[in-house]
Formats: sequence, C-alpha cells, structure tokens
Amino acid sequence: MAAENTKVLYGLYNDEEVLKGAVKAANASHLDIMDVYTPFPVHGLDPILGLKESRLHYLGFIYGATGALFGFLAMTWIFVSDWPTMYGGKPYWSVPAFIPITFEMTVLFAAWGMTITFYTICGMWPGVKAKTLDNRITDDKFCIAFDVTNASDSTVDQLKGFFQNTHAEEVNVKTI
Amino acid sequence: MSQPVAAVRHILIEGNKSYHNITEDLCSPTEKTPSREWIIAFSLSTVFLGLYIFAIVWTVWKGIGEWGANRSINWAWDITNFVWWIGIGHAGTLISAILLLFRQRWRTGVNRAAEAMTIFAVICAGQFPIFHMGRVWLAFFIMPFPNTRGPLWTNFNSPLLWDVFAISTYFSVSLLFWYTGLVPDLATVRDRAKGFRKKMYETFSFGWTGSAKHWQRWEALSLVLAGISTPLVLSVHTIVSFDFATSVVPGWHTTIFPPYFVAGAVFSGFAMVQTLMIITRKVLNLQEYITMNHIESMNKVIVLTGTIVGVAYLTELFISWYSGYIYEQFAFYNRVFGIYWWSYFGMMFCNVIAPQVFWSRKLRRNIWWTFFLSIIINIGMWFERFVIIATTLARDFLPSSWSYYRPTWVEISIFAGTMGLFFFCYLIFCRVAPVVAIAEVKSILKVAGDQYIGPNAKHGHGEKTHHEH
Repeated sequence: MAAENTKVLYGLYNDEEVLKGAVKAANASHLDIMDVYTPFPVHGLDPILGLKESRLHYLGFIYGATGALFGFLAMTWIFVSDWPTMYGGKPYWSVPAFIPITFEMTVLFAAWGMTITFYTICGMWPGVKAKTLDNRITDDKFCIAFDVTNASDSTVDQLKGFFQNTHAEEVNVKTI
Repeated sequence: MSQPVAAVRHILIEGNKSYHNITEDLCSPTEKTPSREWIIAFSLSTVFLGLYIFAIVWTVWKGIGEWGANRSINWAWDITNFVWWIGIGHAGTLISAILLLFRQRWRTGVNRAAEAMTIFAVICAGQFPIFHMGRVWLAFFIMPFPNTRGPLWTNFNSPLLWDVFAISTYFSVSLLFWYTGLVPDLATVRDRAKGFRKKMYETFSFGWTGSAKHWQRWEALSLVLAGISTPLVLSVHTIVSFDFATSVVPGWHTTIFPPYFVAGAVFSGFAMVQTLMIITRKVLNLQEYITMNHIESMNKVIVLTGTIVGVAYLTELFISWYSGYIYEQFAFYNRVFGIYWWSYFGMMFCNVIAPQVFWSRKLRRNIWWTFFLSIIINIGMWFERFVIIATTLARDFLPSSWSYYRPTWVEISIFAGTMGLFFFCYLIFCRVAPVVAIAEVKSILKVAGDQYIGPNAKHGHGEKTHHEH
C-alpha cells in the first residue's frame, strides 16, 4: 500500500481487456505502476503485473496444523493426565474418539488464522478509511495508478501520454 | 473479449447488462425505501419472533416440563427441528464451497443469499439443543475450560460434544466465508452512498479499495476457505448423524446414517434455497440474475439428492430384514406400520416420490411447480427427522414405557417462532447487503451474459457466436 499523502496520477479504463493491454504497454515502456484497481478480480492480470502467487495458503496449512495439534494434545492431556475419567470401559487415551474434534479444530484455526491474516496484511479493518481514487472503481471502471509524489514534470507528461495512447477514458491526479 | 465460450454454456445473466447495470440492479434493493411486500413480510416475521421470545421465556421460567417430550420420548420436536434447520443450512455451504471447487458458474447468482440462509438456519438450529438443556444459564458447561469444579472437563468421547464443536466451527467459518465475500460488495454500496449510510458502509467494508494484490489474496482466501468448508460441511451432518448412530437404539444404530444424513441435508437445503430464491427474485426484481437456468440447475440437484435419500430409505428397510435381528426388524416395522405410520408415508411421498417429477425438463423450468415442490420437500424432510426420532423412541426396549408423543403449544410456538427469527434476519439482510454477489456476477458477465453467448449474442466473438441457431 502507498504511504500517507501520496500524489497519484491515475487513468480509468472501461474494459478489463483494454486495461490488460495498457498494463502490457506500461511494462514495455518500463513504467513503474503503483497499483491497479478493479471492480472484480480480473483473470490474467496478476502475471502481467508481476504479482507473485499469494503465500496465504502456506500460512493456512500452518494454522490448520497448529489447530490439529492443539485440539489433539489438549484432549490427550485432559483425559490422560489432568483428570483421567473412565467412559464406558474405553481407554483413557481413546484416539478414534478424538478424531472429530481434532478435525474441527484444524478447520477452525485454519479459517480464523487465514482470515485474520488476510485482513491484517491488506491493512483492512473496521474503521480503516479506504484510499479511494474514484468511486466508480467499485462499479465499472478499471484503474491504473502511478505514484507521482516526487516525479518531475517530464515524467508526468510521459505518463499522461501513456494514458492517451492506451485509450484511458479519464486521467486525474489525487492525493491519498 | 477473448475468452473462448463453448456452445453449451448457459446464459446466466439476461437483459444485455453492462457492468454498471449490474451495480445498479443489485445495489438498488438496499437503497430504495422498502416495498410494501417487504414491510408486510417483516411485520409478520416480527410477530413470529415475538411468539418465539414468549415461548422461550415460558420454557425457561416454567421448565421443559411444558414441552410434550417425556421420559421415553425425550428427544422430540426440539431435536427434530434442530436437525431440520441444520440440514437446511447445508445447501448454502454446498453452493458456495463445493460448487466453487467444481467451478460451476451458476453459483454466483445464488451463493450470497444461500450462505446467508446457512448462517440464519444455524442460528435457528442452535436454539433447540441449547434450550433443551433445561437450565440454560449453565449452557457454558458444554465448553471445555479450566474451572473451579474439579476442573470438571467435558466428555470428548461423546458425539454430543462433537456436535458442539462441529456446529460452532461451522457457524463461525460460514460467517467468515460469507463476510469476506461480502466486503467488496459492501465497498460498492459505500461508494454510491452518502451521509450516514456512507459512514456505516465505510465501517462494514473495512477500507476495501479493489487493489489487484487484494483481489489476488481475496481469491486465494476464498479458495482455501471453500476447500476446508467442503469437508467441514460433510463432517457437520455426519456428526449430527453420530448423535443417533453411536447410540445402541435399534433403528438408530446404523452405519448408513452419515451419508444418508448428508444427502438429506443437501436435499432439504436446496428446497429451502428454491423457496427463498423464487420469492426474492420476484420481490427484488432479480429475474435477470437468478434465471430459469439457475432454478433448473438446483432442481437437478434436488432430484439427485432426493433419489439418494430414497435409496437410503429402502436400504435401511432391506438391511433390517436381512440382518435377521428381530429388534432391528421390529424397529423398522414399527417405523412403517406403527403408531406414526402417517409420518412415514408423508416422508416417502414428499421426499422420494414427489421430486421425481423433476426428471421432466418442462417441470424443472416451471416456477410454480418448483415453488410448490420446494415446500413439499421442506415438509417431507421435517417428517424424516420426526420419523427417525419420535417413532423410534415411542417404542423402545421396555414395553411398559411405550408412549405417544404430541407437541404442546409451547413447542409449536418455538418452532413457528424460529421461522420468524429466520425470516427476520433474512429480510434485514436483503435490505442492508446485496443479495447477489456483485463482483462475482461481473466476473462471469463475459462468459455468461446473453449479449455474449446464446442465440441473441450481439458482441462479436467471430466463429464463437451463434447467430445461426
């Protein structure tokens, strides 16, 4: 995410295919795109933007494994050492009976862990004010944004030329 | 416009929609003043919610002796209703998770509302076991935590405790899945709103911007949540069936219960989705997003799962005969021809025979038939749980304890009241959040919109368009 008080030059496109073409053109002329904003996940955009695959699912695995271990070991400790109780003549450490709860704990930890991680790394929580460039980005506009906080006039002109060449519908500057 | 489109793809978005039309159409129910139908429905559900609160206060105040449940039929309407509501919830997860894994595009039209249905149905389901505990102020005893009573832990070998874990996990994971899917759409509503509504949706949308990296993570999260929700939803009803299957009661102690319960849950859940969707699409004017193709797809699931359930009923009868075990044979003889014979035949008719009409494509695509049958199936699946629970307990091991069960007004009011609770929540949801997933519908527009595929396609795909048909 951009730092505070970033001056952003952005262009809005009407169609995701035009947007993808523009991103490719920006790559070809070595322009440094700050971010791309779209109303829905545009498939095929990540590789041309150079976004690596999210590592969120590795974390999901770690959270799930933690949940499984926690659930299983907690039941083991409780029934074997803390307060051994005989139920229906079964052994204290009745492993098959622990499977359902171990499974539920795996899912519970993986889901909560991943979701909390997702919101944290995206910097999203209740009360966070969205750094919205244009209200129509969540509707039908596709946006390419450049950070021009420290850019020279000639760079800004070059970027404006880029937007014109790639058929952007609108070009604006906004500080977010 | 470069995605290849096969000729067999169904049109899932009608009316030549642009992205902006989709935003307008799907946000407008949250922006307009409520319609008269909504106000009438909401008032009615509030009345039933009031009835629910009254009956629950009555139960807690006087004790569960106010219910018709007795010493031998100690699980009756309450557990029947619990299993019924939990089963209804399963269709939401099936649509949102399993169909996402199978890449079924028609899920986008109905997943949001179906997931909401899951959450509200689980809330309704939870009421029954909680208030059946009797001294409900001690309900927290079911959670294992270090305490000053020993510490007295819960029994981790008990399927009832597995249920506590399964249902609370199911509820919270469904909530996360649903809400995370909702965040981008709440941002859409936010960016159109003004004043207080804008403030409200700013809080609820967590500062969503639509950044490419966020979308990528959002898709990764949705996919993993779908992946873990799939075994979760199967485990939930499996564990619900363990409440019965791990007991030593003839008629309950059967290995067929887990798959049979899961199929039944999906069956009843889809029936409830149909009931809700047929009303929602009409009242909120969403016929172009929840099309006949969606309804037909769901009817196909209904005929499949209804038939699986039918096979399970017959297998049960066959196995009880084939076992040569007279107590098992008696349990099933009693189920079919005993004192509750009418509920068995009601179940057979509603769940097995009635849905067979959906082999006909014409009837699958008929709104009135679909609506009528969805109600029939909801009733039939309620009968199924009643048959399993009450019929079996009414004729248990000791003939001197044989008895008959009929519900009291308190139980009937609680059940009718949970309907009020359910529709109260659902109607509020319809007003504050888009009932169809806006971003997901936009993402399938170019492969499922009627201007891109089908006989009236206008936007050229070269050889991929089918003007000639």
